[in-house]
Amino acid sequence: MTEWAASVVVVGAGPAGIAAAIRAEGAGRSVILIDQAQRPGGQIWRHRDRAALPRQARSWLQRLDRSSVRLLTGASVVDAEPSSRLRVDLGGRPLGVRWNDALVLATGSHERFVPFPGWTLPGVVGVGGAQALLKSGMDVAGMEVVLAGSGPLLLPVAATLSRAGANLTLVAEQAPLGRVIRFGAALWRSPSRWLDAARYRAGFLRTPYRTGTWVLRAEGEDRVREVTLTDGDGERTLPCDLLCTGFGLTPASELARLLGCATDGWRVKVDGVQATSEDGVYCAGEACGIAGAEIAILEGEIAGLAAAGDRAGAERLGRRRPPHDRFVAGLAQAFRLREELSALPAGTTLVCRCEDVPLERLRDFGSTREAKLHTRAGMGPCQGRICQPALQHFFGWGIDSVRPPLFPTSLSVLAAPEEDESPPPPTSIT
Amino acid sequence: MDRSPDVVIVGAGIVGAAAAHVLTAEGLAVDVVDRGAPASGVTGAGMGHIVVMDDSPAQLQLTAYSRRLLDELAPELSASCELSRCGTLWIASGEAELEAVEAKQGAYAEAGIASEVLDGDDVARLEPELRRPLFGALRVPGDTVVYPPGLARWFLDRAVERGARLHLGTEIDSLGPREVRAGTTTISAGAVVNAAGPWSGRLSPGLPVTPRKGHLLITGRYSGFCRHQLVELGYLASAHDLSQDSVAFNLQPRPTGQIIIGSSRQAAGWDGAIDRSVLQKMVARAVEFVPGLAGLDVVRTWTGFRPATPDKLPLIGPWPDEDGPWILSGHEGLGIATALGTAQILADLMLERRPELDPAPFRAARA
Repeated sequence: MTEWAASVVVVGAGPAGIAAAIRAEGAGRSVILIDQAQRPGGQIWRHRDRAALPRQARSWLQRLDRSSVRLLTGASVVDAEPSSRLRVDLGGRPLGVRWNDALVLATGSHERFVPFPGWTLPGVVGVGGAQALLKSGMDVAGMEVVLAGSGPLLLPVAATLSRAGANLTLVAEQAPLGRVIRFGAALWRSPSRWLDAARYRAGFLRTPYRTGTWVLRAEGEDRVREVTLTDGDGERTLPCDLLCTGFGLTPASELARLLGCATDGWRVKVDGVQATSEDGVYCAGEACGIAGAEIAILEGEIAGLAAAGDRAGAERLGRRRPPHDRFVAGLAQAFRLREELSALPAGTTLVCRCEDVPLERLRDFGSTREAKLHTRAGMGPCQGRICQPALQHFFGWGIDSVRPPLFPTSLSVLAAPEEDESPPPPTSIT
Repeated sequence: MDRSPDVVIVGAGIVGAAAAHVLTAEGLAVDVVDRGAPASGVTGAGMGHIVVMDDSPAQLQLTAYSRRLLDELAPELSASCELSRCGTLWIASGEAELEAVEAKQGAYAEAGIASEVLDGDDVARLEPELRRPLFGALRVPGDTVVYPPGLARWFLDRAVERGARLHLGTEIDSLGPREVRAGTTTISAGAVVNAAGPWSGRLSPGLPVTPRKGHLLITGRYSGFCRHQLVELGYLASAHDLSQDSVAFNLQPRPTGQIIIGSSRQAAGWDGAIDRSVLQKMVARAVEFVPGLAGLDVVRTWTGFRPATPDKLPLIGPWPDEDGPWILSGHEGLGIATALGTAQILADLMLERRPELDPAPFRAARA
């Protein structure tokens, strides 16, 4: 297997990963930055045309262009081997990536799905998935679109949908108005967040934003045709060609957990300079808690400096960090899922869509592992990324262990021996 | 405890579950205790190949007997047991192994097991994904495949219907000939069965059962990629040699279209982590036999601990002497394949009947 090596290796080229890579490089280290997508930016800065991105994003991407950071795109990290080496699937071919000094995990987050009757119908998508589809050019002009779920991510997606010409008929936030207002009020210390929210809301002014409202079911023969929502009193059915749902984000901590890093629930635990419990392994951005791009960038910078050995610089930067733990906790509290959403699904509602496991087959079990053994829930190609948080939501079950491969990968990638002098594969390494 | 059962079985894996099934069918009152959920240890990690193996005459007898007993139950099994009549192909790796194919057929015929010697063309026709050249194989059409947790649960469900009680999530601290102790609770019983698989030696210190680690992986869904369980003829040698780490090609099509690929054997203590070097060798071995596997996606890998004995035969009976608790352990990689046969021998011995098979080679106190 061909091997690349650098002083610092960064996994994930979203805001946190880019910031980490640039800071480590600025401190004189050789850096490799790895991402699954074909272009850097992560989910939030996903783009076709860089000019359409916010100024801050353009600026970081330009810094990345000008840096000596070696960018490895279209690359999935499928395993972290004990010998400080990642096994990477690069377009179906194996590549080893070794970190000589430090590894920075900036793996971001997954969308959280809460199953309801009809959630697996074609035309029902996650809000993050919808955002990605829109950014890659999906045409929604004239479509009847409903957006339902929870959390601040609903706002930018609503604005994007509206701008793309969708007939966005309703934005439904499950959290009650009081909680949303209290969360908004607490934002006055972060004017930029408030401005963001206001700007997004201005982007879909013609559409009602209803708090305390959630989806009961989506219906349609071949695909979603209508959606029924409730505010706890009445029910309301709307015609719908596209239903975007999202119930917040779950930290993507699979790689961290494979490396043995301590976690708190899904969050990777880090100290003041973003160091995890494992020597030489740092974590930044949403993998250590959902707090948005601003915080992710700062954490990335801190992690990058610390990974490059500049602990003093990292600590200095760390002091500039707002008390964001409070923000993370406030966010989780404001948009926590209401009890009705746990009671929601009919027994026939699929929970694990990879393996077609309905809720009624899961009720008799006591743990994720037991349910998995007897129903295969979580054993499909998504490897439990979608259904495990749902199982946790419905049953309070714990998080299952992580084993390679982190993403489905071909046998040829796993069959490549460590020592192999085959010629390097064609790569986008620059 | 409001009753003292006739038998308390420690371990709700396939072996303990089969024992509960057979003993309750004999009218005995049975309790089953497990520290976790049913089939959450070795059983959940196993392949579920119901195979006849001929490493020794006793092993051949036991695997053939067990396969027959499971076949007799087949009409009753639930869909969740996923019984699949795929048969086994034992693949010869060269001309030199063809003699071994013939010998294997002879041994199977003596045990009443039907098998068929195939030449290279036959094999290529049956399994076109196998590498060329092909030299031949032994096809054992009566071998089957099950989903081990499904079968274990089916056994337990039958036992519960006949009054068995399950104590799950109950960690046993120690056991004696007539009782098991969990914390401050003691369950007294007419007899105690230690069916704790690789962990049986912890409850019966000195029992010669050691963990033998194995790796497996499963692919995404590729229906029709292959039809038989495919095993290299050299597998037996790999399974036989206790002294060193080994990998051998062993591939199983699941009814879901997924493919399970093995196998490895290591004396690695209780370290359950994926050993990258062994995984790599195992995968490379599989790709060598079936080149088309290279392009298929792997979804998961895992490890498990086979309960191994020095002479590669399970332990059935009281230990360390006639007054000790009963042992039902040491099945190595054949726990799923021989659970029913060993459970039946256990029941016959407990009820002082003459087992259909000579129990002497499996006597626990031999060790």
